[in-house]
Amino acid sequence: MIQYTLQRVALALGIVFVAISALYGVMIALPGDPTSVLLGPRATPEMRALFREQMGLDDPLVVQILNFWGRVLSGDLGTDFFRNRSVATAVMNALPHTVALVFGAIFWSATLGILLGAFSADRRNSLLDRVTGVISVAFIAAPSFVVALYSLLLFAVTLRWFPSIGAGEPGDLLSRIQHLVLPSLAIGLAWVGYVARIVRASMLEAMGESYIRTARAFGLPRRRVVYNYALRVAILPAVQVLGVGIGGMLSSAVFAEIVFSRPGIGTLIYTSVSDRNYPVVMGAMLVAIGFFVTCALIADLINAALDPRHRKTQ
Amino acid sequence: MSGFRHTLIGRLARDPLAVMAIVIIAALVVMAVFADLIAPYDYTAMHMTDRFAPPSAEFWLGTDNLGRDTFSRLLQGGRIALTVGLTAVVISGLIGLVLGMIAGFGPRWLDNALLFFFDTLRAYPTIILALALAALMPRGLTTVIVVVVITSFAEYGRVVRTQTLSLKHSEFILAERAMGASFGRIVFHHILPNVLGPFFILAAMNLPVVITIEAGMSFLGVGVPPGTPSWGSTLKDGFDHIRQTPWLILSGGLPLILVTLGFTFLGEALRDQLDPRLRSGR
Repeated sequence: MIQYTLQRVALALGIVFVAISALYGVMIALPGDPTSVLLGPRATPEMRALFREQMGLDDPLVVQILNFWGRVLSGDLGTDFFRNRSVATAVMNALPHTVALVFGAIFWSATLGILLGAFSADRRNSLLDRVTGVISVAFIAAPSFVVALYSLLLFAVTLRWFPSIGAGEPGDLLSRIQHLVLPSLAIGLAWVGYVARIVRASMLEAMGESYIRTARAFGLPRRRVVYNYALRVAILPAVQVLGVGIGGMLSSAVFAEIVFSRPGIGTLIYTSVSDRNYPVVMGAMLVAIGFFVTCALIADLINAALDPRHRKTQ
Repeated sequence: MSGFRHTLIGRLARDPLAVMAIVIIAALVVMAVFADLIAPYDYTAMHMTDRFAPPSAEFWLGTDNLGRDTFSRLLQGGRIALTVGLTAVVISGLIGLVLGMIAGFGPRWLDNALLFFFDTLRAYPTIILALALAALMPRGLTTVIVVVVITSFAEYGRVVRTQTLSLKHSEFILAERAMGASFGRIVFHHILPNVLGPFFILAAMNLPVVITIEAGMSFLGVGVPPGTPSWGSTLKDGFDHIRQTPWLILSGGLPLILVTLGFTFLGEALRDQLDPRLRSGR
């Protein structure tokens, strides 16, 4: 397990390194003056000169990329020349909002998805099972930004059950949660469908295994066997799917943040891209990719720890 | 007729979900292809006296802030969605097919290198990468297609690689080799036909994802040029005037949901037919 963990961690670090280096390289290597690309059209000549010197833009590309990583490792993500603050500050102010949003979405998809999946596996081929199956696919089919817009229109604008703008009052937990409900549901709904289907399929598979039959033969109540034994095994693949799904949820978070005017990494990248504020884009991308790869890694390691067969299948 | 029942189309025709999917997809394709004939108005025509008009007999799905007919624009949007979707799926599918087979057949180091390449590409959150790249490239359909291809071919590559690897070690391939079959014969006669099943399922499932990315990029203002009637732009117009024109949001989202439903159901039906082992898992 230790060897497997080390391998996976090394791979994850490699992926983040290559993914970010490639993006940085593309930005530097693009035709035109890198200072105008990286600083945007609004930069003054002094800013450009300072930036050229700071970034070592006359060095070869490889050296520049290594220098970039040197700065990142010492905690310096660069400077947001537009607003005169460090990129790290901008990113760190935005990150907690996005993390709350993504974990809110995971909460919805895990609780609703496991409930729906376990329920329909328990009542296989019943009317309820069929209805749940159709609902699951319908959830998967609804693009998250359409769900975000529809729920904004219905629950915030028309019914006024939930607030439509912002992330809530700082320090007021209830207001924060109220502001989180709709956007996190919009992101999580598609994953409810995925999780429900995976839990259902793996529970049905587990219920055919001999240890389940043995447990039943020993006279354990059916309900206990289904929900204690089979469900426990079936949750694993759901963990894996949600871990990998965090990349998709981060993408959906961009929409949810914009539709509900929430602060966060998505809004930060969106406004920085509109402003051509590339140091911030790079910093935010680094954090977004790092967050995604870390979550996928954790899901993978949890799975490997709980199910040793998984280590060989990769 | 008994032969027809056992062909793929014959079997799909007996699956109600598949029939529903094919009807939805066919309807969307017909509407997109014949958009100019079906549309009651020119999609660029501005009816300035009827701005923000709610759905009525005159304007079936209402008008937007410039008085343009929503229904006509959605029909035209179907064209954009299908063009972007099909082009991007074909290009990314072909790249993924070739790279995946190379990874599956090539030496170990090449396989590892390609696998690492696929995993790295999949580490970029799609829309976030699309935002970053779109800002570096000129705005337009080509940029949208390039961004979608970059974010989606790795998925095909991984699936094709896994399939190729498992086939490479199967007994019938070993037997072919032992009988002296050429490399080309093994690849084109045996591996490729067996890889295509999962490949087409993935393509069918991937098409609505691609269409959604296009709509998403256009919604964020980094997709099609301003004024182009993409479904995403219609949603954006609706969002900007959410209190005056809620019908833009309702009707702009509907084709996206339908297209996703249609292709998801089709992908599932194809999977059930092409890979009967999965049927028990449903």
